[in-house]
Amino acid sequence: MKKHLSTAYLVLIFGILYIPILTLIFFSFNSENSTAVFGEFSFRWYKELFNSPDTFTALRNTLILAISSATIATVIGTAAAEGIYKMRSKVLKATINSVTNIPMMNPDIVTGMSMMLFFVVVAGILRISYDDMGFVAMLIAHITFCLPYVILSVLPRITEFGDSLSEAALDLGCTPMQAFFKVKLPNIMHGVVSGFVMAFTLSLDDFVISYFVGSSKFQTLPLLIYSMTKKKVTPDMYALSTLIIITIFALLIFSNVRSGREEERRKRKAARK
Amino acid sequence: MAKLIELKGISKSYDGEKVIDSMNLYIRDKEFITLLGPSGCGKTTTLRIIGGFETADEGQLYFDGVEISDVPAHKRHVNTVFQKYALFPHLNVYENIAFPLRLKKVSEEEIKTKVTEMLKMVALVGFENKSVSTLSGGQQQRVAIARALVSHPRVLLLDEPLGALDLKLRKDMQNELKTIQQAIGITFIYVTHDQEEALSMSDTIVVMADGEIQQIGTPTDIYNEPKNAFVADFIGESNIIDGIMLEDKKVKLASHVFECVDSGYEQGEPVDVVIRPEDVDVVAPEKGMLTGKVTSVTFKGVHYEIIVDIKGFKWMIQSTDYVAPEATIGVYIEPDAIHIMKKSKYSGKFGDYSSFSDEIDQLSDADAAEEF
Repeated sequence: MKKHLSTAYLVLIFGILYIPILTLIFFSFNSENSTAVFGEFSFRWYKELFNSPDTFTALRNTLILAISSATIATVIGTAAAEGIYKMRSKVLKATINSVTNIPMMNPDIVTGMSMMLFFVVVAGILRISYDDMGFVAMLIAHITFCLPYVILSVLPRITEFGDSLSEAALDLGCTPMQAFFKVKLPNIMHGVVSGFVMAFTLSLDDFVISYFVGSSKFQTLPLLIYSMTKKKVTPDMYALSTLIIITIFALLIFSNVRSGREEERRKRKAARK
Repeated sequence: MAKLIELKGISKSYDGEKVIDSMNLYIRDKEFITLLGPSGCGKTTTLRIIGGFETADEGQLYFDGVEISDVPAHKRHVNTVFQKYALFPHLNVYENIAFPLRLKKVSEEEIKTKVTEMLKMVALVGFENKSVSTLSGGQQQRVAIARALVSHPRVLLLDEPLGALDLKLRKDMQNELKTIQQAIGITFIYVTHDQEEALSMSDTIVVMADGEIQQIGTPTDIYNEPKNAFVADFIGESNIIDGIMLEDKKVKLASHVFECVDSGYEQGEPVDVVIRPEDVDVVAPEKGMLTGKVTSVTFKGVHYEIIVDIKGFKWMIQSTDYVAPEATIGVYIEPDAIHIMKKSKYSGKFGDYSSFSDEIDQLSDADAAEEF
């Protein structure tokens, strides 16, 4: 009896979580423009999606933004993590750590508004129109909120890696730069890649901050979808959402499989000792 | 042999605590020198200063007559074998050893020859493509040694390299290291807290305590002629007894006047007298220079370890003959078994066996019994 109850509970939870998503995926394959009637299975809305220039531009924008902000955030974040690790003063270390975490703790709406205000002021000083800053403003905003996640994912790796191998590299004739790239980086790569994936997905589905910072000249997918909901949502948005879900799901599987493999390797290593 | 490395007035503190106190030391070319001392004596810090991983607060470091105090680690002709091996986990055995050569942009052909030569030397031929994490501790240490030697450094620093190995392997590796050092003819600076390791491998031993050098000498010098109570106690077992120099070659201890071979002390000068446990002969009470009561006897395989109470001071005697506990025995000591040392800050801290082994156990047993 108890077992049945717990199974039922599990089904209920997963139902609540996933039935809406499944419904959305289901209707994205509907040939009719209706949520009441299911005509037949078709890719009509997918075709329409890719024929609509607005959507396509937004998708392109979103990807460009996600890839570039994640890349830059990963580079800066890894360098920052290394810097924080090397700090001698414990007080300074703790301070910098909490300061970098602020964008993570801060409500998105506050970050978004403050960013917007900041860019408006900057645009005023530079005497350019706010709209012209579109991509750059968006890029800076996305890098900012992705950064703490990269640091959070890289710093523990660097701490775990320690100093002894870097010292060995220096001892064998590496310059400090070579020691980092030839020895440290290959060994903390897992953390760097996880940081990148995290930053990429965060940037991909960010709405609140983009809503404040974005301008009419640079629209991302979440912004486009939101603007469409003001009118009637057409099923091509279902198709788009389905594609996003599949992308995120693939990324999730990729990173889980990778960390699972690593876990296994560590266990094997531990067992040998 | 020429001085290769010289430390002049080197001092180093961590958080206001002095780890090394104005240290002067020179190391000759092709020498096997060991920095020996208990943990926290500053030996590893000294090694790290020579390796370039730490900078001294004061003093200068010279290499081949040139000051290198501020030269970074990667520009020094010194390589290190670390206690925890520090092999690169993302590279296999071959690539680990080839690492320093690749930095120098040596040709692929030459790398191959050199790495193979090194693998032969450390008896790891056939392990080229293995991942370093699949190797045993001893094998990993061999790879570390090969990697440190492949670029022909002038000096090899070894930081307790055998610390993580088991006893049998440690003995084998000791011999191997000594053979390698003699074969390639470079300077080895070896750090250890294991006095036996130091005695069996070194040309020169530097005994350190509290950030200061206590004594520098050959293994026989250090063992036979310790400079103070610390060295005498740290290297092997020793009875260290308060004595008074009556005149040259005559010392009074435990109310008996002994002949000895040391001279050059003032008349009536208080001194520390070292007598090694194996140099004390057990004789019949009436024939003994001193008599005492046996308080404990422990069988150690090669010999018995006998603790004797002589006028309130507990001596340790190593003898191949059995003596019954509680028996009264006489002891006889040859003049050249007596070694006289000047009083130092370590006097009175070491060399008394009253708080030794069995008695301690009895005391703690009694304590434990009371609790129940």
